Amino acid sequence: MAVVITQIFNGISLGSILLLIALGLAITFGLMNVINMAHGEFIMAGAYTTYVVQQAFSQYVPESFFNYYYVAAIPLSFLIGALLGFVLEKTLIRFLYHRPLDSLLATWGVSLILQQVARSIFGAPNVAVTSPAWLDGGIAIAGAVLPYKRLFIIALVTICMISLYLYLDKTAAGRKMRAVTMNRSMASSLGVSTKKVDAAAFAIGSGLAGVAGCALTVLGPIGSTIGTYYIVDAFMIVILGGIGSLIGTVFGALSVGMLGTIAEFWTGASMAKVIVFVAIIAFLQYKPAGLFSARTRSLE
Amino acid sequence: MDKKKLGYWLFFIALFLGPLYLTEFRLALMGKFLCFAIVALGICLIWGYTGILSLGHGVYFGLGAYCTAMYLKLESAGGELPDFMEWSGVSALPAFWQPFSNPVFALGASLVIPALLAAMLGFLTFKNRIKGVYFSLISQAVVVVFVTLFVAKQDWTGGTNGLTNFTTFLGISLSSPLVQIALYMLTVITLGISFALASRLTNSRAGRVLSAIRDGENRVRFLGFNPTSYKVFVYSLSAALAGLAGTLFVLQVGLISPAMMGIIPSIEMVLWVAVGGRHSLIGAILGAVIVNSAKSFFSETYPDIWSIFLGLLFIIVVMFLPNGLVGMVQSWKDKRKKSKQKGGTANATDSVVS
Repeated sequence: MAVVITQIFNGISLGSILLLIALGLAITFGLMNVINMAHGEFIMAGAYTTYVVQQAFSQYVPESFFNYYYVAAIPLSFLIGALLGFVLEKTLIRFLYHRPLDSLLATWGVSLILQQVARSIFGAPNVAVTSPAWLDGGIAIAGAVLPYKRLFIIALVTICMISLYLYLDKTAAGRKMRAVTMNRSMASSLGVSTKKVDAAAFAIGSGLAGVAGCALTVLGPIGSTIGTYYIVDAFMIVILGGIGSLIGTVFGALSVGMLGTIAEFWTGASMAKVIVFVAIIAFLQYKPAGLFSARTRSLE
Repeated sequence: MDKKKLGYWLFFIALFLGPLYLTEFRLALMGKFLCFAIVALGICLIWGYTGILSLGHGVYFGLGAYCTAMYLKLESAGGELPDFMEWSGVSALPAFWQPFSNPVFALGASLVIPALLAAMLGFLTFKNRIKGVYFSLISQAVVVVFVTLFVAKQDWTGGTNGLTNFTTFLGISLSSPLVQIALYMLTVITLGISFALASRLTNSRAGRVLSAIRDGENRVRFLGFNPTSYKVFVYSLSAALAGLAGTLFVLQVGLISPAMMGIIPSIEMVLWVAVGGRHSLIGAILGAVIVNSAKSFFSETYPDIWSIFLGLLFIIVVMFLPNGLVGMVQSWKDKRKKSKQKGGTANATDSVVS
């Protein structure tokens, strides 16, 4: 029983981590159709922001407040990610909206540069971030221990999901964003400034990457290649879920997380990765548009 | 046109005579770069001409290299188990290794296995009309699958270290300088033949269908062609070229490891073509040689700068030189021609319009 609970929990936990990473991509890639290979480096930027905030807290803030550095780190990581995304959109991506393959290559170049910059600033070895004391330990259910850190990530991704949903569905800016996704020229002729919407959407997606990076710091040491480790998985999840469908991304991430932990239980970590990727590729042959695809009659 | 042909002949003859004017060290580097140029030819065919961006050519290159390396490893072991298998406690040669003791089989497999894998993958994805960036991302996932598999199955593939320590090929010692020169010349000849075949293909009717697929796949479909079979054909052809390059690479360099078929090497292969000029076969060859020369220069002198330079190169080529160096030369020539026609006075409005 304990094993089953642990496995299910691990599956959901891995799924939630993947979802947090894929959520930003679901906006930039899913809604805006831009392949941003530097997304992984925005995750890295968020992680290093958390590291810097932690260092600053341990130096300049009374020790009794140290445990709350994380509360400051989350919004700051979002802002740093969003800022990087905004700059990237304004300087590079907006010229490449009609050349998706080229934007893939250009943002890959950006990712190489950002990684090297991070190595120059923070050094090549990984750095460890001391997670706040209130995340240590866990609750025991039927003999299985559920660590607070993992529960915290699940909670964080739930909050991100809900706020994203509220933003896209209930606010004027979010509705404009959806309008532009659905029909760019029609939205534009009705007076929506597509340029502003593009920049905002890209900043939000990149900001979510920053939050993901912040969350990853509680799981282990961080380094300049932290983003590359997850980026291919995240893209596959968005494709698996179906382009342009946030709910698809949720299901995609959870099923990949579940399948990954089950496969890992039986075979080991690296074979699990192989099995998951082969399964995704095979599934896409059966359903090329993904789990939740918008029904469309258009040819391209 | 004939002037162009003469230029190509001169270019390949100059390459062929490399041993006369290059030091042993530079010759070895050049031989390696020319292997990469063969990969670049294949990528140019699928990307520049057909519009399929594959981020997974490292796999085909690696598979070709591994097939040959398995033969070399078995020959070096001299009938016994390869050294890394003994280290990881394997007692008998795995069944799939056995046919690779035959050089003809191994060399054939280094072409056929990449081509078959590409044909299978291509048939499924192209038939299901997965294209554009989706195909690129899937091909990247394939890289992850293979690299993880090759690293994990250490007892079968040598793990992260890959396969190395070869001594002889068909009984001839690989370390003697004469053999290295012969292999270099073989590489130049292979490159020349591949180039001739590729330009034959691109100038043929089938080549025109390929460019048509790039520019408007659905139109091609409506005109009664079957884009899938053309795409599968050109994709497996380029995989076979990558496998061939892998074979020549492993013979000259004497090492193949999963790190050489990973995501970063695969995307670097695309960069070679992008820098040289994606719509030009000779550009792809030049791009491979130039980018790799720059890489060996930079990483010898300033290793840190290299990845920033590489990143900038990606951005600059995409933003300002979408047709690469060849495109730059071409537009410069066009401009000169135009200004000559106007009696040497290029006016300002003209440059704005073009």
